[in-house]
Amino acid sequence: MKQFLYFIRKEFYHLLRDRRTLFILFGMPVMQIIIFGFALTNEVKNSRIAILDNSKDEATTTIIHQLEASRYFDIVENLNSYSELEPTFQEGVIRMAVVFPEQFQSSLLHTNAAPIQLIADATDPNVANTLTSYASAIIMDYQNSMRETKAFPYAINTELRMLYNPQLKGSYNFVPGVMAMILMLVGAMMTSISIVRETELGTMEVILVSPIVPIRVILAKMVPYLLLSMVNIVSILLISVYILEVPINGSLTLLLFECLLFTLTALALGLLISSISNSQQVAMLISLMGLFLPTVMFSGFMFPIENMPIPLQLLSNLIPAKWFYYIVKDVMIKGTGLETVWKETLVLVGMLIVLLTISIKKFKVRLE
Amino acid sequence: MSNRVAISVSGLTKQFGDFTAVDAITFDVKQGEIFGFLGANGAGKTTAMRMLCGLSLPTSGKANVAGFDLYKESENIKKNIGYMSQKFSLYDDLTIRENNRFYGGIYGLTDEQIKEKTQFMLKHLHLESQADTLVKALPLGWKQKLSFSVSMIHDPKIVFLDEPTGGVDPITRREFWTMIYEAASRGTTVFVTTHYMDEAEYCDRVSIMVDGRIEALDTPAALTKKFDVKGMEEVFIQLARKAKRSDN
Amino acid sequence: MESAVKAERVYKNFQSGKTEIEALNNISFEVERGELFGLIGPDGAGKTTLFRILTTLMIANKGNAWVDGFEVVSQYKEIRKRVGYMPGRFSLYQDLSVEENISFFATLFGTTLEENYEFVKDIYVQIEPFKKRRAGALSGGMKQKLALSCALIHRPSVLFLDEPTTGVDAVSRQEFWDLLKSLQHQGITIVVSTPYMDEANLCDRVALMQNGKIMDIDTPKGITQKFPKPLWAIIAADMYKLMHDLRSDERVDTCYPFGQYHHITFTELNQEIQSIEKTLVEKGHADLSIQKIEPTIEDCFMELMNK
Repeated sequence: MKQFLYFIRKEFYHLLRDRRTLFILFGMPVMQIIIFGFALTNEVKNSRIAILDNSKDEATTTIIHQLEASRYFDIVENLNSYSELEPTFQEGVIRMAVVFPEQFQSSLLHTNAAPIQLIADATDPNVANTLTSYASAIIMDYQNSMRETKAFPYAINTELRMLYNPQLKGSYNFVPGVMAMILMLVGAMMTSISIVRETELGTMEVILVSPIVPIRVILAKMVPYLLLSMVNIVSILLISVYILEVPINGSLTLLLFECLLFTLTALALGLLISSISNSQQVAMLISLMGLFLPTVMFSGFMFPIENMPIPLQLLSNLIPAKWFYYIVKDVMIKGTGLETVWKETLVLVGMLIVLLTISIKKFKVRLE
Repeated sequence: MSNRVAISVSGLTKQFGDFTAVDAITFDVKQGEIFGFLGANGAGKTTAMRMLCGLSLPTSGKANVAGFDLYKESENIKKNIGYMSQKFSLYDDLTIRENNRFYGGIYGLTDEQIKEKTQFMLKHLHLESQADTLVKALPLGWKQKLSFSVSMIHDPKIVFLDEPTGGVDPITRREFWTMIYEAASRGTTVFVTTHYMDEAEYCDRVSIMVDGRIEALDTPAALTKKFDVKGMEEVFIQLARKAKRSDN
Repeated sequence: MESAVKAERVYKNFQSGKTEIEALNNISFEVERGELFGLIGPDGAGKTTLFRILTTLMIANKGNAWVDGFEVVSQYKEIRKRVGYMPGRFSLYQDLSVEENISFFATLFGTTLEENYEFVKDIYVQIEPFKKRRAGALSGGMKQKLALSCALIHRPSVLFLDEPTTGVDAVSRQEFWDLLKSLQHQGITIVVSTPYMDEANLCDRVALMQNGKIMDIDTPKGITQKFPKPLWAIIAADMYKLMHDLRSDERVDTCYPFGQYHHITFTELNQEIQSIEKTLVEKGHADLSIQKIEPTIEDCFMELMNK
């Protein structure tokens, strides 16, 4: 036992004396969460739009006011004719134009039908989509408010509610994603590098030619990074709750348990990587290409998995981060308990057991 | 050996903070001379050699290498010297031909010249059939000989060899020294460090560094006579034992 | 009493791309208890591979080996408890201090520095003044002593040292060998490898290795006595020309530079030396001197290589 504890202490010496790496390890989560939380959000705010109001009546003025009042739009141009539309788009000043036909209000009142044209710059299709749906919603609101005063026959009343994230904040999506990314990177990459470094240094030879049991070497390598990851989890959660205002709706204990489980899976992956790489660079490359990228691509936090072709969807099932991402979203954002995430949790437990078994089996007691 | 001077060093000093790695060394090396540069680990050999190759600037002192001033013309120095060490020599994952192309290219040789040089080198080393073999597949001794040839691909005036024969078998070691002799007889100045004391005796003259200073400089025969011992090994041990700052 | 180390017809091949490299070819030898045994040979001779098989880090393709009476494959755990091993590269943690390195390796073997202080004292006192210093900041000679202390900390019965003196200057080498001698007096069996032929004389017995084979095993004296021919040392003013002239002379069998001399042997066992001198003088060699000498290990090594 003393042997084991000293081994862990030695790992901490390595970790604490490598200031640069330590800084990256602690700085990275904070940086990423802040970057993703604030800068790289997929929310659309203050988009510049133009108005071509051929009617200039009470109805159009109200709608324009409502558009203006929303935080999504910023009216920068008031156009006078269709011919001005194209050049304004080409200048790149605006992302959308709202066109009201002549006699808008009277058509609305008398024929029950008044068209509004929403013309969007679809070079970025996602943004175009979001903008038109925001605008539609605002126009819909106006329509509903009109109904309260006037009677409309056969009008269908659609009501939208954004569940769990009423303000449609991007950080609700990113916090679980960044957590998966950081834990995977720190766990897998650092563990694999620290083992491969010993092989490169030649110290692994001496360790192997000693009575220490290989499993203890493995565990001693894992402990520091497990602790480090837990520190990262806490700091990510603190930032998300207090700075990004993402609440923890479910049980904190359950959330921490799931994080621990995922971290262990990442560490086991790191061990596996160390057994197939012969230099620190190789370990790093494998970790980045083999773990980090799939985590970003297939966990579902950047690209919705449902939209992927079937083979990729199947592939995504192999990515631990996908399951972790589901779990964190459910527990943290939706506030559900183990009864809804037990399946995903079992998948992670299964992955952990398989990975750990393989990597302990593969850990070489000799040099070959 | 002619009387022209290839390397001229006077009062050359290098300080790192308050540690004087090289302490005012002064010596001349003649053109075509084989000059052995000896010293204990940590005596300052590597630092001195780096300065002479133009890789690090001296703190003070004067030096002229291959006719160029160390401070003002280090780019010209680099064009006129070759360098080879036990640790870094050729790229293992390139073939002999590719290594030649690369080094020839670095020194601005034309394709014609590179081709000609490669042909000559391969023939000289009896490696014609191996031109397209990866360097890592060659035995160590061959690698070292090849790497020496490559460091001479641009016909440098001076070639610096940093422990060129470490770990090489005794026969190849002697073949290597035959190559050094040939180069010297063609007028190339050879500046060499080694831990093999019998190799020190192959040199025309040797210097022995202790604690950053040159404590002895003469022909091996004169040194063994002066210290009244049998060989360079004993000369070296007598001098290096005096070292204060070494690791021992 | 059984021997400390025993190898029987050991073979080891490596696959490198398409070609098979024979790292060890039919290696058999025995090391007696308390012996200082040297494996002498250049890089690529197979010394490191042999060490790795004996220290249970690799498994031979064919053959068998025992260390301290235990078989290297089936009883590797026993062996790992009782051998000390210093690999070719300095296997120390550069970012740990001298003290931390020692106590790490001590705990690895379930012991402490205090427990075995007397045993490593001779070496450790030399590095003790620097015990707070990081290993990375030590100079070559001191790193080597630290590595040796770490390999000795658990009082091994057999000590394997893979090229401990490579790249180390002559003074540090001499000191290191003095340390080995004193360790030997404490009863440890020492197996050491080196590419420096002159170090063979410091061993009790040596195996000369080249290209995965053992060319000869004997005491240093026994090896030099087997040299088959009279050996001559020759010196003249122009040594380079002398070598050319000798090598082109058909009466000369071998001619190798050795320090300030060339060592030569002749095709005829009873070659008359005056006629050689005469030829050389005719060719214009000045300050010519030729004398019969005792062969060194290096002469013998080259002789064996040429066989």
